[in-house]
Formats: sequence, structure tokens, C-alpha cells
Amino acid sequence: MSSVAGTTAAPIRLNVVRWIGFKTIVIREYGRIIRIWGQTIVPSVVTAVLYFAIFGSLIGRRVGAMDGFDYKQYIAPGLIMMSVITNSYGNVVASFFGAKFGKHVEELLVSPLPNWVIVGGYAAGGLVRGVLVGVAVTLVSLVFTHLPLQHLLVVLAALLLTSLTFGLGGFLNALFAKNFDQVNWIPSFVLTPLTYFGGVFYSVNLLPEWARSLSYANPILYMVNAFRFGFLGVSDVDVGSAFALMTASAVVLFALAVGLMNRGAGIRE
Amino acid sequence: MNALSVRGLSKTYRNGVEALRGIDLDVERGDFFALLGPNGAGKTTLIGIITSLVNKSGGSASVFGHDIEGELEAAKACIGIVPQEINFNMFETPFTIVVNQAGFYGIPRAVARERAEKYLKQLQLWEKRNGISRGLSGGMKRRLMIARALMHEPRLLILDEPTAGVDIEIRRSMWDFLREINARGTTIILTTHYLEEAETLCRNIAIISGGRIVERDRMSSLLRRLHVETFVLNLREPLAVAPPLAGYLVRLVDDHTLEVEVSKEESLNGIFARLTALGIEVLSMRNKVNRLEEIFMQLVEARAGAGDAPRNGAALPAGAGRAAARLGTPT
Repeated sequence: MSSVAGTTAAPIRLNVVRWIGFKTIVIREYGRIIRIWGQTIVPSVVTAVLYFAIFGSLIGRRVGAMDGFDYKQYIAPGLIMMSVITNSYGNVVASFFGAKFGKHVEELLVSPLPNWVIVGGYAAGGLVRGVLVGVAVTLVSLVFTHLPLQHLLVVLAALLLTSLTFGLGGFLNALFAKNFDQVNWIPSFVLTPLTYFGGVFYSVNLLPEWARSLSYANPILYMVNAFRFGFLGVSDVDVGSAFALMTASAVVLFALAVGLMNRGAGIRE
Repeated sequence: MNALSVRGLSKTYRNGVEALRGIDLDVERGDFFALLGPNGAGKTTLIGIITSLVNKSGGSASVFGHDIEGELEAAKACIGIVPQEINFNMFETPFTIVVNQAGFYGIPRAVARERAEKYLKQLQLWEKRNGISRGLSGGMKRRLMIARALMHEPRLLILDEPTAGVDIEIRRSMWDFLREINARGTTIILTTHYLEEAETLCRNIAIISGGRIVERDRMSSLLRRLHVETFVLNLREPLAVAPPLAGYLVRLVDDHTLEVEVSKEESLNGIFARLTALGIEVLSMRNKVNRLEEIFMQLVEARAGAGDAPRNGAALPAGAGRAAARLGTPT
């Protein structure tokens, strides 16, 4: 063991530190996603194949057309979005809670990175997984059906905002979770029901009035329909309102996560 | 400018435990500083506040003039921390861990890779760079945390029991390594349970007990205050019981080894005269090195006597119990 660090006081360029720090978090998250691809990418692909095979090819034939589209075509954007939501959320909640549990979150907490960079980095990690899985499920969809692309920018914006929103949701979940049970509560008892009732498999216009009204309180309905509008050009909700809701959700959740981090909630004594 | 300046720092946890009770402490730039205290004394809380892992209840702290409230990012950029507990991702490789850590401090990836090679080689971890960190031995994990802390070449390196569980050979080479870092200008704050380590490495010392600094001095000045020294005598013939040496505290370590405590005012000739009179021949003699241990115990026990006992079944540093048994009375 010999020879070490120089110790002159170089000026600290905070913006450079923040940018490199942000990129490092994203690279680390990407590395984690790829390292455990069997847990992060493959399950959603398998699930999508099963959905298309059972709901699309077997049951879908009897369902007929939905909003003027073949049933497989109709559910494809919803299935993609369902995977994006689950994976963005799951990536951040698992990674950040794992870091808390293993104490390696301290690597970030003692670093000069401000909390908004840490939150942004993890949310971007969720976005990366959401996009990777979204692309994989889209490819699966193309095996089973033709998927027209009406509005590319709408698809990309919906994908981006939904991933970020649920990545940030996963971050908040991880911040408060004290054990692995609490990591699974929200996905199992909140996210899954909201996704299934969020218009993935049906148009809310098929529902009775009370159920339709109730569905409009479900934020996932807006995300799924904005995404579907990008592909098919049809939506059960106003697309402008959907984007306003998604943007507001992302901003509010980001501010909440940073505020809680600044207070040290769930991470500092 | 001090490397670390702490004023009136206090911390009360939610459960009511007062970990720090208004601590004042300065660590000079370039110092090799020992921060000692029994478990639960407040050392890790103090380090936690400086590195922003623990929220303070009151007071202030600054690192190289950067206040940890007003200029937190600048303050943290100056610090490298080797924590007490292993806190890296066990599923990542050592190379990835250190390169990523550099990134969190704004070091470009190409530079980080070069430094990773440099520090992993210096800490004898280069051969293990691509294995899963979980498979490293305890000593390797500790060295990995040192390499990680050095990746951004910090001006202040805080080592919280860095050699716990490390074998003697590696510990000695780590000492050399730390001395070299310090010689090049890095300020080092060391907490350790091996008091010999602090005595060997550090120039200044603070002893913390019950959330208060009970002593702050130069190591040499503190050691000079010790009134009693212990000598280890190797005997030619075996003894069954410790010989009666009036005026000296004598302990038979084994049948060929005696430990004798001698006040600094007393001559050693007296001991030899009495041993000779008893027909005991001494083959060799050495000074027992753990002098700091004895002072430590006196200070901590004095504080405990004043009602600030270490909390929650706190343990004392290695060997301190023996020192307490030998000394008994505070100076």
C-alpha cells in the first residue's frame, strides 16, 4: 500500500458534480436492470404473451371490435402501458428500498449531490426500465397484431410522463417502507386494481354511468387513453386533460419526494 | 482555517436519548486526529451529523470553512467517509462500486477508472475487482470502503473503526497507508477501539463520553500525564504466585511473566533490588505499550462517576477492562 491522494482545494463546480452524479445514478440503475434482466425485463414479456394469447386470440375473437378496432389492437397500448407502470414503479421501489435496506443509500447521502438530483436519478432509472420494457412489450404486440402509430409525440410524451410519475411514486413508497411487505402493499392493493380498472381491457363507455364516473377518478385511465390515442387515435378522455394530469402528477410527486428527502424522512435519524 | 470546526453541537434522538450535549471541537488542517470514546459515547452520531447522515438538534459544524447547513454540498465534497458498518452494494463488483462513488462526487468516468485501478491496487484489491463484493473477506471489505472513500481525493478523511476485524499484518500495512495519505496533506479523523492504533498514528486526540468531550489535547501531552507505567518482566525461573513487592502492584501473567506497575516518580532500581533479594532473575523487560488505554479508562470512569456512564450496555475499547482492573484509581 503506497502513494495516495493529492489534497489541494480545487474549486467545486456544483453543476458539473450534479450532472455527472445524475448520470452515474442512471448508469448504475441501467446496470442493475441489465444485470438482473431475468427479473426486470423477461416477466413483463411473458405476461404480455399470455395476455395476447388468452385475452387477444382466444377470448378476444368472441369480444369482437372495440371502438372500431380489433380487440387485440385495442388492448395492445393498454398492455404496453400496464407494463410501463408496473416496471417504472417496481424498479425505483425495489432499488431505493434495497439501497436503504443494504445501507448503500449512504453512498449517495454523504455525497455532495443535492436531494433533487438523487430523486431525479432514481426516477430516471425507473424511466429507463419503463422504456426498455415498453419497447419489449411493443415488439411482442407486433407479433400478435398490427399496431398503427397515429401520433408519435403523444406516444413518447405519455410514455415519459407515466414512467416518471410511477417512478416517483415508487420512490415515495420506498422512502416510507420499513420492510419488504410495505414495498409490496401499494403495487398489490392499489396499483394493480387501478390498472385493471384503468381502461386497459375495455372502453369506459361500456360501463354503467356510476362506474364510468368512478373511473374518471382513476389517474391510470388518463394515462392509458392518452397512450392509446397516440397509437390508435381514439380515447375515452380528453387528451389535453390527460397530459395536464400526468404533468401535474409528476411535478407534485417530485416536489413531495424532494421535500421529504430534505427533511430526512425515512432516511435520516 | 480548521479542517473541522464544531460549536455547541447537540443531538437528541426521538426516543429521548441525548447523544451529543453541546460539543465544541476543532480539528486542524493536516492533523491526524483520534476521536475516542466507549460505545454509545456519541462518536458515530458526531460523524453522522458532519456527513449529513444524522440531523442535528442544535449547534453548528463547518468543514474547511463550509458550513454544513449553508454550504452543505461544498462541505460534503471535502469529506471522505469510511463508516463503521459495511455499506456498499454486496451484489456489485469492487470496481463498479468505486467508479460509481467517484461519479457521485462529479469525477468523470475516465478519471474514475484510472483512480479505481490506482486505489484498488494500493489496497491490494485489484485481483478481486470483477468479483461480487459479497465474496470478499472482512478485511477486504474494509479496504474496499477505504478505496471508495479516497476516489474523490477528499481533504478530510473520516475513518470510523477502519481496522475492525482486520488481521495484524493488514492492519499494519493500512497504518502505513494512512500515514502516507496524512503526510501528503489529507486531514484524518480516526475513531478506533484499538487504542494502540490511536497512540501510534494520531497527533491530537479528543475523548468523548456521555455526549461530551471530556478531554482534548496533543497525544504526547496526554500521555505525559500518565502517572503510572506498566513493565513486563520475563523471568528465568517459573513462579507459582506473584512475589510480594511492597509498594508495587504486581500481577503474574504466566509462570515466566510478571507485570509491575511503577509510579513515574519511583526508580526502577528498587524493583530490581527487591526481586534480586527474593532470588528472582529477570531476563528481559519491556514497557507495556497501551498507555493510552489507561488514560482513557481514567477519563471515562471519571465521567461515569459523575453520572454520565456509557449508555445501553456500552462496551469499552479492546483491553480497556484490563487497564481498569490494574489501575483502579483515577489520577
